[in-house]
Amino acid sequence: MGADLLRDLFARARSESRTAFLPFMTAGLPTPDESLSVFASIEGADAFEVGIPYSDPLMDGPTIQAAGQAALKAGTTLKRGLSIASEVGKTTGKPVIIMTYANVVFQVTPMRFAAMAADAGASAVIIADLPIDEAAPIQAAVEAAGLGMVLFVAPTTDERRISDIVAANPVFIYGVAELGVTGERTAASGHAAGLAKRVRAASDVPLVMGVGISTPEQAAAMRPYADGVIVGSALVRPVLEAPTIEDARRDVAAISRKIADALR
Amino acid sequence: MKLDRPDDRGRFGEYGGRFAPETLMPALDELERAFEKAWGDESFVNRYKELLNTYVGRPTPQHLAPRLSEQLGVTVLLKREDLAHTGAHKINNAIGQGMLVQVMGKRRLIAETGAGQHGVATATAAAYFGLECAIYMGEKDIERQRLNVYRMHLLGAEVIPVTSGAGTLKDATNEAMREWVRSVEYTHYTIGSVVGPHPFPWIVREFQKVIGEESIAQLGEVRPDVVVACVGGGSNAAGIFYPYLDTGADLVGVEAGGLGIDTGKHGASIGAGSPGVLHGSRTYMLQDADGQVIEAHSVSAGLDYPGVGPEHSYFADRGMARYESVTDEEALDAVDLLAKTEGIIPAIESAHAIAWVARERVALAGKTVLINLSGRGDKDVEQIARIRGMA
Repeated sequence: MGADLLRDLFARARSESRTAFLPFMTAGLPTPDESLSVFASIEGADAFEVGIPYSDPLMDGPTIQAAGQAALKAGTTLKRGLSIASEVGKTTGKPVIIMTYANVVFQVTPMRFAAMAADAGASAVIIADLPIDEAAPIQAAVEAAGLGMVLFVAPTTDERRISDIVAANPVFIYGVAELGVTGERTAASGHAAGLAKRVRAASDVPLVMGVGISTPEQAAAMRPYADGVIVGSALVRPVLEAPTIEDARRDVAAISRKIADALR
Repeated sequence: MKLDRPDDRGRFGEYGGRFAPETLMPALDELERAFEKAWGDESFVNRYKELLNTYVGRPTPQHLAPRLSEQLGVTVLLKREDLAHTGAHKINNAIGQGMLVQVMGKRRLIAETGAGQHGVATATAAAYFGLECAIYMGEKDIERQRLNVYRMHLLGAEVIPVTSGAGTLKDATNEAMREWVRSVEYTHYTIGSVVGPHPFPWIVREFQKVIGEESIAQLGEVRPDVVVACVGGGSNAAGIFYPYLDTGADLVGVEAGGLGIDTGKHGASIGAGSPGVLHGSRTYMLQDADGQVIEAHSVSAGLDYPGVGPEHSYFADRGMARYESVTDEEALDAVDLLAKTEGIIPAIESAHAIAWVARERVALAGKTVLINLSGRGDKDVEQIARIRGMA
C-alpha cells in the first residue's frame, strides 16, 4: 500500500517498456456527488491524480482554475475531496496521488494532512507550490505516514538543484514539460527531451512528465523519456463544457482512451 | 530584533520563505544574487540614489500639518511620498528593480497592480529603461482606478485585465505569477509590495527604506512619538518603519477595516487573519478552516488584499509594530479632512493612516505623530465623487 503501489507500478511499466498514464481530475467536479462517476469514466489509467481544489492555484492555467472554482462552489472541502480520492482508489484498485497547494496542507498541519491522505488510501502527494527548499516538513510527515512525496524538476532547474531533488528521494519526479502553467498547448514540448536527459544523468528515479500535454500525439512523444505522463486540462475541460454529466463522461472516456492507446 | 535581511532560507523568523513553483526557483536565486551584488556595489547604489534625486524628485518634503494638528490636538507631521514622481512611493521600488533588470539582462517587466500606482510606476520605469511592459490588473480595479489605466497606456504599457476571483489585487498577483512562470527566461516580475517569495520582501523593503532614512535626517533632533502608515501588502509602511525601529517610536500600521471587521468584509490580514502561505511566502492572511483564501474587501484598491508582507507578520508577533484598522467610511472622511485642512488630497489608501490618527486623537493628544502620506488621491477623485454622490 501507500508509496509501494506506485513503486510497483513504475517497476512494472519499465519491465514492459511502457509509459504509464496518470490522468488528473479535480475532485468535486462538477459536484462532489457526481465526481466519482467522472473519475470512473476515465479509461486506461495506471494511477489517478486527484486534485484537491484551492482558491488560488498559481501553477494552473484557466481550465484547472475554473474547475477548482466550480468544485469549491459546489461544496468540495478537503475532507470531501479526500473521501472522493478514497472512493477512486477503492473502486479502481489503482494508486491515487493527491495534488494540492501548500496552504491547504499547512492549514491542517502537515502531520494531520498526511494522516488524512493515508486514511484515504493515497500513495503519494504533489504540492504544486512546494519546491525542494521548503519541502522537508511536509515530506517528512508524508513519508512517516507511508506515502511518497513527489518533487518537481522544471526546464529551468539547474544541475545543482537536480542533484538536491534526487537526493531527497522522491517517489517520482514530476518533470515540467513546458515553461508555463498547466493547460493545453498546440505545439509539442521542446523541453521534455533535454529535461529527461538531465534527470537521467543524475538518477533512475521514475520520471513523470506533465504540463502542456493534452493530445495523444503529445503524450506519445513522451514515451522515449518518461515513465509516466500526466494529462489534466484536456480531461477537465469537457467536464466544464459538457451540457450534461453523461456528455462529460462520454467525452472524458473518449479522450482518455485515445491517450491511453497512444501510450501502449 | 530588527533583521538587516532575512535568514538564508528567506525567513523573517517563521515568516517568508519561497513557496513557488519549481520553474521560478532559479530566477529567484538569480534575482537574489543580482540584488546582493548590486546592493553591495557602491556604483550601483550611487546610481540608484542619483536617479531618486534627479528623476524621482527625492528627497520628498516632510513638514508639519498645522491646521490638521490644531484641529486634532496632535502634532502631525507628513512625509510627502505623494510628491514623488508618479504620485506615490511605488516609484522608489520600480526604479530600483528596473536597474536590477538592466544588470540581469532581461528585456521585459511585468507587474501586478491594485490601485494602479505600482502599475504606473513600473510602466514609468519600463519607459525610462527602454523595456517592454505588461501590467496585470483586476477588472474591478480597472473600473475604480480608471485614470491610472490611461496613464499606463500613455506610458506604453499593456494593461491586462484579470477576471478571475474578485478581480482585485490578489487575482492580479496570481496572474502575474502565472505569466512569470511562462516567460521567466526573458521577463522580470517587478513585485510592487513587500510580499511574494524571497527575495522580493527583502528587496522591496530595501528599495523603500529611503523613506524612513530621509525622514529621520529631515527631522534633525526631533523624534516623533508615533509613526503611522497604511498597510495592504505593506511596502510604504516597511519603508518608513524599518529605519524608525531604532528610534523607540511606536509604529502603527493601519489595515483596511472595510465595512467593519465584524462583517468579514475587510482587508485586515494581521488584525483578523492567521498564518498561512499566500503568493509564495508564509505570512498572516485571510483564510477559512480548509486553507482557502478569503476575498478581502476595501474601498481602496491598494489595500484590498488578503495578505501582508512577511516582515510585518514578524513585527506583529514580536510587538515591534502594532496593526490597527479603520473602516472605508473613516478613510473617506479622512480624505475630506486632509483636503480641507491642508489642501492635500491623499490616496484613499494613505487616508487610512490619517483616519486612525483622527480617531485616536484623544489618546494621541500632545504627541508628535508622523504620517507616511504614501500617495496622492487624483486617481480616486472619480470614485469618491461616485460614492459621495457628487458625480
